[in-house]
Amino acid sequence: MGLLSDPNRRKALTGLLTRLNTPICIVCYLAGIVWFMGLAFEPFTLRTYMSENAMGSTMVEERFSSGERALSLAKEFDAHKRKAGGMPVEWLVKAMQSRGLEVFTQSFSRKLPFPDENKERYMVRGTNVYGILRAPRAPRTEALVITAPCSPGNTNNQAVALLLALAQYFRNQIYWAKDIIFLVNEHDLIGTQAWLEGYHHTNITGMEYSPLQGRAGSIQAALSLELSSDVITSLDLVLEGLNGQLPNLDLANLFYAFCQKLGVLCTIQGKLQRNDWDTAEGYTHAAQTMMLMVLKQACGRSWGDHGLFLRYHIEAASVRGINSFRHYKTDATTIGRLLEGMVRKLNNLLERLHQSYFFYLLPSLSRFVSIGYYMPAFGLLAVILLLRVSFPGLCHCFSVSLQPSSPGVLTVLTPVVISHLTGVALYLLPVHLQEMAVEHFPVSETEAVVLTAIAIYTAGLALPHNTQRLLSGEGTEQGWKVLKLTALLYLAVLLGCTALINFSLGFILAVTLVPITASITPHMPKALYAVVMVLLSPAFTILYCVFIYQELIEAPVSVSEGWMLFLSVISQGILDHALYGSLVYPLLALFIYPCWLMFWNILFWN
Amino acid sequence: DSDPVGFDSLDLNERRGRSTDAELDRRDGTRTSEALTPAAAARDEFQEELVIRPLHSGDIYASFQFRTLWDTDFLQEGQKVSHYRLFPKSLGQVLSKFSVRELHISFTQGFWRTMQWGQPFIPSPPGAELWVWFHDTVSDVDGNWKELTNVLSGIFCASLNFIDLTNTVQPSASFKPLGLGNATDHRFLRYATLPREIVCTENLTPWKKLLPCGSKAGLAVLLKSEKLFHSSFHSQAVHIRPVCQDEQCTSKAWELRQTLNVVFDLYTAGQGKKEWSLFKMFSRTLTEACPLATSSKVYVDITDNPELFELSPATPLLSQAVVLGDRRTYSVYDLSRAETFGQLRSLNLLLRWKGDGEMLRPLLHAERYVAGFGLQTGEIHTVIYNNHPYRAFPVLLMDSVPWYLQLYIHTLTVTSKSRDNKPSYIHYQPAKDRHRPHLLEMLIQLPPHSMTEVTVQFERALLKWTEYTPDPNHGFYVGSSVVSALVPSMVAMNTNFTQDQPLFSSFVPVKEESSYFVRVYTEPLLVNLPTPDFSMPYNVICLTCTVVAVGYGSFYNLLTRTFQVDEPSLPLAKRLANLIRRIRGVPLLT
Repeated sequence: MGLLSDPNRRKALTGLLTRLNTPICIVCYLAGIVWFMGLAFEPFTLRTYMSENAMGSTMVEERFSSGERALSLAKEFDAHKRKAGGMPVEWLVKAMQSRGLEVFTQSFSRKLPFPDENKERYMVRGTNVYGILRAPRAPRTEALVITAPCSPGNTNNQAVALLLALAQYFRNQIYWAKDIIFLVNEHDLIGTQAWLEGYHHTNITGMEYSPLQGRAGSIQAALSLELSSDVITSLDLVLEGLNGQLPNLDLANLFYAFCQKLGVLCTIQGKLQRNDWDTAEGYTHAAQTMMLMVLKQACGRSWGDHGLFLRYHIEAASVRGINSFRHYKTDATTIGRLLEGMVRKLNNLLERLHQSYFFYLLPSLSRFVSIGYYMPAFGLLAVILLLRVSFPGLCHCFSVSLQPSSPGVLTVLTPVVISHLTGVALYLLPVHLQEMAVEHFPVSETEAVVLTAIAIYTAGLALPHNTQRLLSGEGTEQGWKVLKLTALLYLAVLLGCTALINFSLGFILAVTLVPITASITPHMPKALYAVVMVLLSPAFTILYCVFIYQELIEAPVSVSEGWMLFLSVISQGILDHALYGSLVYPLLALFIYPCWLMFWNILFWN
Repeated sequence: DSDPVGFDSLDLNERRGRSTDAELDRRDGTRTSEALTPAAAARDEFQEELVIRPLHSGDIYASFQFRTLWDTDFLQEGQKVSHYRLFPKSLGQVLSKFSVRELHISFTQGFWRTMQWGQPFIPSPPGAELWVWFHDTVSDVDGNWKELTNVLSGIFCASLNFIDLTNTVQPSASFKPLGLGNATDHRFLRYATLPREIVCTENLTPWKKLLPCGSKAGLAVLLKSEKLFHSSFHSQAVHIRPVCQDEQCTSKAWELRQTLNVVFDLYTAGQGKKEWSLFKMFSRTLTEACPLATSSKVYVDITDNPELFELSPATPLLSQAVVLGDRRTYSVYDLSRAETFGQLRSLNLLLRWKGDGEMLRPLLHAERYVAGFGLQTGEIHTVIYNNHPYRAFPVLLMDSVPWYLQLYIHTLTVTSKSRDNKPSYIHYQPAKDRHRPHLLEMLIQLPPHSMTEVTVQFERALLKWTEYTPDPNHGFYVGSSVVSALVPSMVAMNTNFTQDQPLFSSFVPVKEESSYFVRVYTEPLLVNLPTPDFSMPYNVICLTCTVVAVGYGSFYNLLTRTFQVDEPSLPLAKRLANLIRRIRGVPLLT
């Protein structure tokens, strides 16, 4: 600070910053990218360790042994599911009651804003069945949840059956300190959402549901189970939840510890761990795993039933059985033991999981990158925006423009307001205009919504810079500088806040938005820069992410398939917002896109 | 506080007093003539009994009651009592020292599952509950209360010393004296619960020591902790109150009732078989009565016999009683008779279920939960069910909420059948931060066959950092709310004439049996408060100090100071020259 209080040195410093502004920005950008890519390099990451004392040292012997019975139960469940043509509610109620649980059902219904073409549903009506195992001599204040979705077709029968087998085994044990809720939910996430809203008596998404009859106090942790075959080769852990929320890292550690103990192959993002970090392949593998996590987290949707629990401060993860026809096989008994071990450890918890990290990235299951390590990567990108603020003339003109006599305020305000109105239109119109669109064009409702969104997005490019000129006459040199100053600060705040909540989303947006927004001026070749700007706009960012994601999960797609995927991603984003309250769509439509439009405005400033 | 409108609490109290007296009379009537003759000098007496009720869920409920009567009135002025016979001296001294009129204390581990198990004989909330009526001669009630809790804490090896003014309330209507006397001034009543209290062997041992026979003889030999704590529910209690010695109530006596209720689980304790015996439950059998007891009996509820289960050995002695509004039949095993024990000289009752029966839904049932998410606000929901098909009845709801949940009482709503239900009596005492909890008492009319929901919103307070418990992320407990009601009797509801009863008794329902008093406790709540990250206080202190000292200080400095370029200071030679020039009066050099 002594540096800044000395006027001479301060002058020298600002001189340096203004003179070397562009090189410093370029260096920062490259450093940010390199830092981020370095996070996957094993020597730079930390080994995971169990922080929670209550789950650490007490290793017990798992005795669950009725895996075979679970498999025959799965067949029975499958038969009843076929007969009922959906969830066999009565059979499940009886099955749970005969195992000594207190059983309750909850019916729910939800009309989607527009048909979901991926899952082919529009009017959803279903029933959740849950049974509560009351812990002996416990006052109903704490609970754990194990869920298994009842999915259509052949999938997940084994999960439901294993759930019932575990319930039977758990019921005969005396050591439970927390009630255990066994939940079988219909219509996957919608059912979970209905159950959670019913349990906490809230209504945030306009779901209609019948009130719950039985409760078990505050839920401490939840596990979601997805199994579709009798024998599996590996277990995959899914952590990414709604809005990029993650469960406490101790939950992942717990899973990893038990996989190690029982000799089960475990993966994250479907990728096995490799030990050759010093080779190029090893590094690429870790980087791919981490990139997958970043992409999944950034899209803000819930990647399993567990994701919706996180909003209620319930640590949750999904365990997914994978059968990839490798030689190494694991039977249902072992998976049952793994779950038994995890639930018994969670039962030992004296406090909610809070000791370990909530903000992390995982390049593999045994390595993690904490918030302290990954934030500098974003910080290096964000600092570019602040450095550009000190670009010659920008600061100066801001103080001038604030004087009431100057026309600056109006010239800035007009594009800001118009951009945001476009954003509001992008947020509201697609869903509300679907009927009109279906009447006038030969498209389905879903297509209508997505195409309306794209149309408004494109129209926004043409609209603002024209109107701005009409309202306030010829744009001045000072005018665009004030606008750019405002837009830079706005973007810095937006990205900063986003990265704090959902690092991946903030980082991806920063990578594409920062270079163009930092360098844009009206004096550039318009056609070239217009193309570059459009290619780096938020919509194209989503498109790139779709392609990169497909590449990373080793299912590359052609351009036309990618385009179809892109359209479905948009419709899923809008649906996630309406059904579960995911915030990525409103963030992009109401804030990021208008902010980008402001820079677009600068390019066409006359 | 005015008397509740439309609800005569005195009447409630009187009726309850009468019904308990009737119950006592019934017991006296069934007392066997061979009972030990009490000493002539003091008419102290001791009774013990065990009631076993097979539950429809397959679990089994065992309820012990030990009753000691002490024929003395030591609260009279100038009377000193130094001789104790059956009554435990430790409690007697406490009663006289703190001028206690009535004392009720219970330790419970687990939650009574009303929907599966029906009503318990003596209800109690999870954790510890203590309520005491002091004599109206006591001037410093709070002082006495504080000392009393500390003494009791020592006697029962429990953390009752954590009871202080922040969790003590004075309910205006929910807790009336159960013994003699019509005290209604609730200034002499103190009520507190510790929902977090964990009950274990260390609390059972001192409780057993209060018995005249200890755990050496009589029913108390069954009280082995390794079995009692291998159960779904365990509750032990001590109730002390003044009662009448005879029907005319010419002399008073002190009654000490020690009760212990335990429910054994079908799956964990019974290996899934619906077959119970004394040995399976307690790993002991009965061989003798306590020699000091005037009566010692085991009752088995056989109302559903013989359709549902068979009982062996059979007993010719049957007894009928109206318990909790329901007429029940009991097999009685009198331990003071030698033939009870048979040839093996030991009694091992065996109950074997034959079929499944449906339990009648309990008429009154309540539950509670916290709604909402996030760490700022929330909503407490209390749901009360009236399962009576056609009768409405009033209930008294009492809620005591710690001060760190700041209730917004204007958001209080009571709805039954989706219509607003206006309570006819509300007594609300707001909390004072760090001094006093909220107390909310309401008289609500429950419509027949309905669900009544009471909701109130709250905000979670941010505590001072020393006020957090050592495990702050576990959450903070809110004690059970208490629903007290006079519930219409099942007997009165019964219009089934196929039952074997005299015609003259069934035309007009008897008034005493038309309703009965029930207290239902809801589950306690576990609420998370906003909690700072205590795991890194050092980092936080360092960071905060650095930010304040370096960051804020210098930025403030930079922003408020005006900067000027300094005049370069003159060299020493010039300054000396200027000194001389000033003396000479010539213009100075620059």
